[in-house]
Amino acid sequence: MASIQLEHVTKSYDAAQPVVRDMNLAIADGELLVLVGPSGCGKSTVLRLVAGLETPTAGRVFIGGEDMTAVPPQHRDVAMVFQSYALYPHMTVRQNLGFGLRMRGVPAGDASSAVEKTADMLGIRALLDRRPAQLSGGQRQRVALGRALARHARAYLLDEPLSNLDPLLRVDTRSELALLHRQLAATMVYVTHDQEEAMTLGSRIAVMRDGMVEQVGLPLDVYRQPANRFVASFIGTPRVNLFACSCEQSSGALSLASSVLIRPLVLPGFDGQLPQQIEAGFRPQDAELCAAEDAHVIGAVVLIEPLGPATLLHLRADGASEGSLRVVVPADAVVRHGEQVGFRIRLDRLHLFDAAGHRLVEHPRPGAGPAKMAPEHR
Amino acid sequence: MKGSGLAMRVGVWSLVFALMLPLAWAVLASFTPEQRLFGGGPLLPSLTGEHYRAIFIERSFWIPIRNSLIVALATTVTSLLLAVPCAYALARLPFSGHRLVLAFVLAVSMFPQIAMVPSLYIILRAAHLLDTYPGLVGPYLTFALPLAVWLLSGFFRQLPADLEDAAMLDGASRMRALLEVVLPLSGPGVATTGILVFLYSWNEFLFALSFTLGPERYTVPVAITLFRGQYQVPWGQVLAAAVVATSVVAGVVLVAQRRIIAGLTSGAVKG
Repeated sequence: MASIQLEHVTKSYDAAQPVVRDMNLAIADGELLVLVGPSGCGKSTVLRLVAGLETPTAGRVFIGGEDMTAVPPQHRDVAMVFQSYALYPHMTVRQNLGFGLRMRGVPAGDASSAVEKTADMLGIRALLDRRPAQLSGGQRQRVALGRALARHARAYLLDEPLSNLDPLLRVDTRSELALLHRQLAATMVYVTHDQEEAMTLGSRIAVMRDGMVEQVGLPLDVYRQPANRFVASFIGTPRVNLFACSCEQSSGALSLASSVLIRPLVLPGFDGQLPQQIEAGFRPQDAELCAAEDAHVIGAVVLIEPLGPATLLHLRADGASEGSLRVVVPADAVVRHGEQVGFRIRLDRLHLFDAAGHRLVEHPRPGAGPAKMAPEHR
Repeated sequence: MKGSGLAMRVGVWSLVFALMLPLAWAVLASFTPEQRLFGGGPLLPSLTGEHYRAIFIERSFWIPIRNSLIVALATTVTSLLLAVPCAYALARLPFSGHRLVLAFVLAVSMFPQIAMVPSLYIILRAAHLLDTYPGLVGPYLTFALPLAVWLLSGFFRQLPADLEDAAMLDGASRMRALLEVVLPLSGPGVATTGILVFLYSWNEFLFALSFTLGPERYTVPVAITLFRGQYQVPWGQVLAAAVVATSVVAGVVLVAQRRIIAGLTSGAVKG
């Protein structure tokens, strides 16, 4: 096992449009770091840079404290699970799992016992003598995982390993992966575009956009304190509601007004300095239905989506950045299409962003002091 | 459905008939006595093995067949051995100027053969390789290599690159990945390339005529051409020789074709 560091890593195929820009990232020994972001944000490229399948245009890659920037993949001692699985079709499952051991000169006896141990761990012992073409998608995925785990690599890289599975299997395998990581305590870098996968699996998650890391942190910290507008929208489902508002500060209280709101949001005990025009956001779960006289927002229900444990309402709201607001209400709430409903926003869960989209105010962590200015924002 | 199936079958069989007719005629004619060949009337009534007896007993036709087999097989093996690493490098390694190399390879194969004959003749004479097998295999590589490199690099490019990446992460060097993963999966591509190179070498005429000096080293096309006498062409024997030459090629192709199994890579990657 080993730690991984990226120092000022840039990768560009053509100079005008770098895929990865000046990236700094430290992954601790034994950590499962999830790189999450929309497609084309460069997360897979980061993984390939760590693997050595790509060479950075600038910057350095360290594995276990050693500079590996110029070391070819076969000498980096990392294992990778590919999105396509990339199983060797002309070899049996046994040969697939043992290939890495054979290439590294592990004696045949040790190799075959390692292969069988891995197969037992993943429950694929019965498949050992089949070929990849004879396996189902889920079985192939396991074999791909097994090929990486069969040998003790310094780090395991997983490139969207679950994206080709059907939803049920994906969730099961996700939990298994989390257990496996606990059991092995191995350094893992996991790439996904699925924020739910990121939240549930990651020791920490790194949210990427356009080749840059927007935020790195514990999953819940990223969810509760998104560093900017993009992270707020990308992490968390249903998506966060955003609307423009103007601030007014008087005697330690902050008052936010907006065309979306029927009465201003008042945050007491606020002593920071905020710009005039800001953007506010709240998660659909951080609002609750209430009588019209207490409501911050009133809107007409345009869409009702029962999720099972709760129901998602879409309300028409003219000032909202997408024309409608999403609110999660209890599944037993009685609402009808077209009905006007009012709700309150939980002020302690409000997210405020400046014109450039950077977060303005830190929420108090549970048990910490009152709200204060974000210590640093770009 | 049934109607279209019937139409399909009729279409296929008429095509097969059209393609096989000249061959069938050649086989039939090779068993027909010389005087009947141009005498008009049906070919069938009197059959004779005379032409075959003549080419093998009188003309020792097995010598050119042996020569052709040796030269064509040696050319195929040599060009595959040289072309596989070259084509793989061109297909996968991001070195600057690989387009230039490919263009150059193509340009070489476009060079008119006759333009190379005099210079090659001088080189081969200086190297004492005239009238030898290497003296034919060498010149044959001038067309076999470009052909093989082009075909193989196309095949290699089609393989999912993830497989080689996976092999390298598993600890294989580029060369090892080529040998253990790429080549086993390129069976159909290598077989196809081999067959084409073999066919070209088997049928090659100009170099064989120019660089061999006597019947001991004549290849099949040269030998057949030299059947003609001063006053007549023994068409029956020419046809018999052509039938023999064709059967050898057909045999080789059938054997090699077993390697061309479609869908060998299925199951490697999803989608």
